[in-house]
Amino acid sequence: MTAQAPTVHVPRRPFPWGKLVAWIALGILLFATLFPFYWMLRTALTFPTSVFKDTSSLLPVDPTLINFRRVLGLVPLAEVVALGGSGQPVNFFLALRNSIIVSLLVVIGQVTFCAMAAYAFARLRFPFRNQIFAIYIAAMMVPGIVMTIPNFILIRDLGWIDTFAGIVAPAFLMTPYAIFFLRQFFLGVNREVEEAALIDGASIPTVFLKVVLPMTMPAVTTVAVITFINAWNSYMWPLTVGSKETVRVLTVALGIFRSQTPQGAPDWSGLMAATTLAIIPTFVLFLFAGRKILDSIQFSGFK
Amino acid sequence: MTVQPTAISQPKGNARNKRSFRGHEALIGLLFILPSLIGFTLFYAIPAVRGVIISFSDWDLLTPARSVGLENYVKLFKDPVFWKSLKVTVYYVLLNIPLQTVLAMVIAVMMSRLTKSVIIRAIIILPWLMPGVVVGLLWLWLMDPTLGIINEFLRAIGVGTVPFLALPKTAMPSIALINIWQYVGYTALLFFAGLQAIPGSVYEAAQIDGASENQMFWKVTIPLLRPVLVFVLVTSIIGSFQIFDTVAITTKGGPVNATKVLNFYIYEQAFGRFNMGYATAISMVLFLILIFISMVQMRLMRAGESDM
Repeated sequence: MTAQAPTVHVPRRPFPWGKLVAWIALGILLFATLFPFYWMLRTALTFPTSVFKDTSSLLPVDPTLINFRRVLGLVPLAEVVALGGSGQPVNFFLALRNSIIVSLLVVIGQVTFCAMAAYAFARLRFPFRNQIFAIYIAAMMVPGIVMTIPNFILIRDLGWIDTFAGIVAPAFLMTPYAIFFLRQFFLGVNREVEEAALIDGASIPTVFLKVVLPMTMPAVTTVAVITFINAWNSYMWPLTVGSKETVRVLTVALGIFRSQTPQGAPDWSGLMAATTLAIIPTFVLFLFAGRKILDSIQFSGFK
Repeated sequence: MTVQPTAISQPKGNARNKRSFRGHEALIGLLFILPSLIGFTLFYAIPAVRGVIISFSDWDLLTPARSVGLENYVKLFKDPVFWKSLKVTVYYVLLNIPLQTVLAMVIAVMMSRLTKSVIIRAIIILPWLMPGVVVGLLWLWLMDPTLGIINEFLRAIGVGTVPFLALPKTAMPSIALINIWQYVGYTALLFFAGLQAIPGSVYEAAQIDGASENQMFWKVTIPLLRPVLVFVLVTSIIGSFQIFDTVAITTKGGPVNATKVLNFYIYEQAFGRFNMGYATAISMVLFLILIFISMVQMRLMRAGESDM
């Protein structure tokens, strides 16, 4: 910049200290966000007995993949015990499978039925429409634990304890949030296209399936991704109704693995390998649908 | 942004056609909501009513439930652990919410000034997408007194070992810290979206009027952000009152009940000791607290209506 007065050298624009400080703060924030993830991976790649030495080494100590292999049950038991692991290894292979089954079932059921309901609430005229919708919305405020105990008793009466049906049931047919969210999207669809299809003689279900759903596919996919992640992350409910190994999901298995730690030091390298495995699906989904998830969060802020 | 739900205007035709279309539409509408209605009735409506009934009974699941009237609620009043639990929960909310909200606001303002990078926003949101169980385990390891990297660091800079989750005094602040780590990015993103919605012309006008940065933040940004602010505060306060995963994984309510939050105490009573009636009674109290908060929210919302 050229100084206008010849006598003093006052730069027109001072060095943007404020901006520099803000960038540094942002850098610290990103570091604080990412470092724990790095440390998880670093520990997972550290040889089990080497966890106790070089505790501040930034790189894995005696790097190895053995932790992943042993939490997946690919290492003989005697060897696991020798490495300081638990004598009753938690079978994460099975837990991984169970988590996938449960999450997929919840996604398929919830997205299908909530999309149907949301479309009806957004477009169709039927008795008590607004009242029913208002009750659904009010249910969003009821704390989860209030439902957990009676729902546990219901599942128990049905004989569904320790079954996939029991774990999936409460979220399979609806959650108020998914209906609310999808309805919001359907309301935004241009109505003229639907009306044109109706005048051409298409039935309402056909219009929904062939016209509306294709147009709102991005929104429906977003709901599916968020539903999957929520189901994948849930802990209290599967812990309550499905702690048996055959149906035990990852989060529950992790909790059990943690409390099984032998006397003395917990099996940190094993734990971190298991947590790394547990978050890989979310990372992959986020890689593909990150943008949509970000948009949906920003959307939800505007009710 | 306000789209009123209206029905598809029916195809043009004579009155009888219209009427039959209406009937058809209502039938399809009811069929479309039927699965959700069944789900709602079975897993929301009936359990809510059943919960109230159970809270007036003594039931260990093995022997038949026995109606005891208000006994559980009376017991609750005299139960020091319940009061401790309530105190600890409120303490957690007070630790968590102000710090998280202010921090998130700072991050949002910073981001809106510096960068709109999708990658940075994606990184910030990552912890929120993780299972609470994983976050709990991860921080249990990071905060480990002997081997954890945070204590390695604290020892290196001369602070000495801090037994974060092992001492009654530090356990709750540590859990608050963990949850702030998990949720601050999500909260910041909600604020960020709100900031993006404020038109730049508002700031230009304020600038022409000679407003300072500080004045612009308090007199322009905050009032215009109020709806988002209220939404975020209410949802995060309600969420904080229900903290469970982190506690269940890291401290299990200890040391000496220092982190025995309501949700954990209820869970322990129900599925650890099978006091179904008593556990449900406490859950009803939690529910009432949350209803009260929601009502305060309605007030704030209405007070904020004129702003935007």
